[in-house]
Amino acid sequence: MNKARYRNRKAYGGFFLLLCVAAAAFGLGWLVFILWDLILNGIQGFSAKALTTSTPPPGSSGGLANAILGSVMMSGLAVLVGTPIGILAGTYLAEYGRRGAFAFVVRFVNDILLSAPSIVIGLFVYELTVFQVGHFSAWAGSIALAIIVIPVVVRTTENMLLLVPNTLREAAASLGAPRNLLVRSVTWRAARAGIITGVLFAVARISGETAPLLFTSLNNQFWSTDLNAPIASLPVVIFQFAMSPYEDWHTLAWVGALLVTMTVLALSIIARVFESRRHTS
Amino acid sequence: MAIIGGSGVNRGMVSTDIADAGRHQVAGRLGAAERRFRRLAAGAALVVVLIFIGAFASLLRGAWPALHEFGVPFLWAEKWNPVTGRFGALAPIAGTLITSTLAMLIAVPVGLGIAIFLTEVCPRPLRRPIGIAIELLAAIPSIIYGIWGLFVFAPYFQAHGQQTLIDLFANVPVLQVLFAGPPYGIGMFTASLILSIMILPFISAISRDVFATVPAALKESAYSLGCTKWEVISSVVLPFARIGVVGGAMLALGRALGETMAVTFVIGNAHHLQSSLFAPGTTISATIANEFTEADSALYLSSLVALGLILFAITFIVLAAAQIMLYRLERRAGGRTQ
Repeated sequence: MNKARYRNRKAYGGFFLLLCVAAAAFGLGWLVFILWDLILNGIQGFSAKALTTSTPPPGSSGGLANAILGSVMMSGLAVLVGTPIGILAGTYLAEYGRRGAFAFVVRFVNDILLSAPSIVIGLFVYELTVFQVGHFSAWAGSIALAIIVIPVVVRTTENMLLLVPNTLREAAASLGAPRNLLVRSVTWRAARAGIITGVLFAVARISGETAPLLFTSLNNQFWSTDLNAPIASLPVVIFQFAMSPYEDWHTLAWVGALLVTMTVLALSIIARVFESRRHTS
Repeated sequence: MAIIGGSGVNRGMVSTDIADAGRHQVAGRLGAAERRFRRLAAGAALVVVLIFIGAFASLLRGAWPALHEFGVPFLWAEKWNPVTGRFGALAPIAGTLITSTLAMLIAVPVGLGIAIFLTEVCPRPLRRPIGIAIELLAAIPSIIYGIWGLFVFAPYFQAHGQQTLIDLFANVPVLQVLFAGPPYGIGMFTASLILSIMILPFISAISRDVFATVPAALKESAYSLGCTKWEVISSVVLPFARIGVVGGAMLALGRALGETMAVTFVIGNAHHLQSSLFAPGTTISATIANEFTEADSALYLSSLVALGLILFAITFIVLAAAQIMLYRLERRAGGRTQ
């Protein structure tokens, strides 16, 4: 074998592998870059006041309390509405319609919705609710977020149920359990950690969603718990404040950005821990 | 009629009758519960389909006045003038396609590189943490990329990157046109760059999963013939994983096309086409996000909804193609990869 030629080939390959290392460093670099700036800028405006007072008019001081409330309320409602529908639909795909034509259509449409632009969902809910009743509302925002929750939960529920060994199903069926009892007390239980992971991912996904809220829940400068009225939310406040020319609004936008990111990252990491525990057990 | 339990013949007969009736009752109840549950689950599945159909139908209805007014030329008319009520979608459509293409040009090679790094180069104990860190890039909400891009990246890029690129390409034929003009910081190129970071994890995660399905025997036989690591990757792993990689890239493209907030912050929202990538522009989603709440006439609103419909149609085609490729791959692998 020609040693020099082999060395050349190795060097050639080594160069490309080095590029791969550089690619990974590039990706990680951005993550560090973004998180670092977020913490640096977010910490500056962080105070008890930022969490307890409502959004200020330009030029005076205030906080994000009403936006936090709005985000929590709408996300909570969206999860309450979206999770049962998502779990049931995922269950249908995994337990009843594995090979049917209807299941294929549902699966296909769901995977499209999973990646569909969220601004289009916003437009749809605008046409569906705001346009009909004539005003923006927290309900509309929650519906838009629920529509984003459903495909995420469907996808993970189906995946997790498919991982449940068929022998478990057969054991339950041999005891005479009807399908729904089998699903509810055997496969759901076996897949519980995985399904919870899916819900956590869905919550993480909607906590930062802005586009679908812009023309459904709009914004509200004041503390409001009325579901029929426009309501503030962290992402929309961040958008409005960051695009404004006022310095103290910028500061609050950074605080909001830090809050949202920390929530989302914490949820994603908890979900991943859940997931890995399922893998090892 | 089976006799269960019961010691005496008489008692046995009586109790089976009762047991039989009871059994029928229970079976009937269980059957009804089963039908209810099945209908409920199927109904939930139907909701998913209805959402999709409803979205298309309601966008179509909302877009109708504009489509009726401007017709098909809406797609390539450049004028976007709320004052005179003339609307054309050329600038947003072109902006969407240009930023997404540019983002893919950056993200595909880098994402593949990351996937190769994670499966072939990285020491085993570090694979999971680094993989998760890369995936966190996808977890960070779009609005965070937006505010960071506007306040941190754009000013930095304006001061340190853009002028250098403009000077560098000043005498290169095509590039001098693409990289020209004053460095604003914000603009099409900045938006594309941020988009590419956002879609990077989709490409690397799917590619990594597909690489993991390459049979070890294939790789080992290549090694046994004296291939170097890179030769194994480029002539065994990549060709084997081709469909999956393309599917993952299309999925990422679908995301890039519809990405809204990050782009809205940094693209500059200018409704005319310019040859320079450093010039401000707009995309479909950025136009809708910026102008929807300010739209003061029915036609204006309808034109924005029509833009949304076009976006939905484009992403549908791209995502459907991606799904079909990934399904084909799954069938080959014999299980879902995700």
